[in-house]
Amino acid sequence: MKLLEVERLNRSFGGQVALHDISFNVGKGDRLGIIGRSGAGKSTLLRCLSGLDRPQSGRILLEGEDMAVLPEARLVLLRRRIGLVFQHFNLLTSRTVAANVALPLEIARVPKAQRHKRVAELLDLVGLADHAGKYPAMLSGGQKQRVGIARALAAQPALLLCDEATSALDPETTEAILALLADINRVLGLTIVFITHEMDVVRRLAQQVLVLEKGRIVARGTPADILDANQLDAILPPNLSQTPHDGSHAIVRLTVTAQAMLAPLLQMLEQQCQAKLTLLQTLPAREEEGLVDLVVQMDGLAVSTMNALQAHACAAEVIGYVPAYS
Amino acid sequence: MSRLILDLLWNATVQTLEMVLASGLLAVAGGLPLAVLLVLTAPGGLYPLPWLSRTLGAVVDAVRAVPFIILLVLLIPFTRMVVGTALGTTAAIVPLSIAAIPYFARIAEVSLREVDAGLVDAVRAMGGTRWMVVRYVLLPESLPGLISGFTVTLVTLVGASAMAGAIGAGGLGDLAIRYGYQRFNTTVMLGVVAVLVVLVMLLQGAGNVLARYLRHTQPTPRG
Ligand SMILES: Nc1ncnc2c1ncn2[C@@H]1O[C@H](COP(=O)(O)OP(=O)(O)OP(=O)(O)O)[C@@H](O)[C@H]1O
Ligand SMILES: [Mg+2]
Repeated sequence: MKLLEVERLNRSFGGQVALHDISFNVGKGDRLGIIGRSGAGKSTLLRCLSGLDRPQSGRILLEGEDMAVLPEARLVLLRRRIGLVFQHFNLLTSRTVAANVALPLEIARVPKAQRHKRVAELLDLVGLADHAGKYPAMLSGGQKQRVGIARALAAQPALLLCDEATSALDPETTEAILALLADINRVLGLTIVFITHEMDVVRRLAQQVLVLEKGRIVARGTPADILDANQLDAILPPNLSQTPHDGSHAIVRLTVTAQAMLAPLLQMLEQQCQAKLTLLQTLPAREEEGLVDLVVQMDGLAVSTMNALQAHACAAEVIGYVPAYS
Repeated sequence: MSRLILDLLWNATVQTLEMVLASGLLAVAGGLPLAVLLVLTAPGGLYPLPWLSRTLGAVVDAVRAVPFIILLVLLIPFTRMVVGTALGTTAAIVPLSIAAIPYFARIAEVSLREVDAGLVDAVRAMGGTRWMVVRYVLLPESLPGLISGFTVTLVTLVGASAMAGAIGAGGLGDLAIRYGYQRFNTTVMLGVVAVLVVLVMLLQGAGNVLARYLRHTQPTPRG
């Protein structure tokens, strides 16, 4: 059983559809990023996942219990299994840092002595041990978000949900908060589902990505897949077709080793496969794998040429065709 | 000023304070739960019951619509039932409280509504019950506003208690009418006014200090 299973979720406001047939699973210890433009339905999805909102149809199974239909009294208890981090922190102004972090424990009726111990641990974890007695208004944005994260972790949730957790922060602070979240995932093995509109955040934190558009999942995969797809979309000619016509050129994605890039690669390939190659774009290196993706246009396409390409590159894949005059 | 006048002023001030504080506390005791109920049962609230919210709202507004001096007279039978007499300081506390409860309820309602919905979400997402939302979010977060509202209510009660003096409630209003108006004793009249002004300033000042002390948000720039 997966930690979180979402099946055919639908949510609309009035006649307006905010989420349409959303399905995905999250395994224990995963880091799932959900990315989408403003109005794509990200917050609506996260509110459903956190039990603050109910979908009109579909199932949200957290540890086997369906949040979509659970009676309110049971849902209240199930919410304690989830930690939620907000874009605007949502710290209580009337409570000190320590008291904010202690709140989920008070709600779960954890005895006072245990509460103190846990709060001290958490403030240590997020690096705010010296600020326990301060009020949130006295902290910087990054510090506030650390309190928000400590609070979300307090009751030892099974799932951490982050709604644009870094969107109100500057780049350096964003970096630090993302590093903290990655640490928490690694050290505590905590499952993280986060939403963002920034590709960069996805690239840094996600193992798996869902792309949300107008309430639908339009793509899913690893950050590298999604990044590539995005960049390809940006550079591919608009008249790309999926079927070859007389005299059309093929657009080919070549994967080569970073080593190979040091030699005059295209010239060499041209000679070996007897076709004219034009480099359209070099995609960002996949550093861990030592590979680089090139998008090239190839005049004419014979099966033998493709075979030759495949023999000399790590991979070659035809993405589509463009008319010869373009 | 003679010793006698000072004594008169002192006794009247004590009576006024009795009336104002007693009815002020009753206003909170009755008005705060009423305000919480209004906020919770409003459409889109944590416990939406539109019929209850509308009914309560209508009752609150109806009481507030009646001018205090008329309420004072209207409530005489009720007051007699509750405290046995319609005259004197204790008796005045009844109509003062009845007027102050809906007054404070509406002021408190505004403060409660101003609490950031994100904070309510945060506590609900932690698995807080609706009662916990009231206890951990709505009341503590609106406390500075509630204190300011309470101060306004007390100041209004100072004025209203003087009016209650007109029907023999005792206190500063009573003194002003008996000595200042009926006997043309200007010294007493001016003394009463001076005490009222000082009283209101002290109440307002104390309220402001307390509200500021409790407000842990960014200090507002002073103009
Ligand atoms: N409470 C609501 N009532 C009515 N419509 C809503 C409500 N909440 C969301 N919507 C609508 O649902 C759609 C998705 O909104 P949502 O807030 O989930 O987008 P988002 O992806 O989080 O956008 P952003 O990046 O701007 O936060 C929008 O069209 C929005 O107008
Ligand atoms: Mg949003």
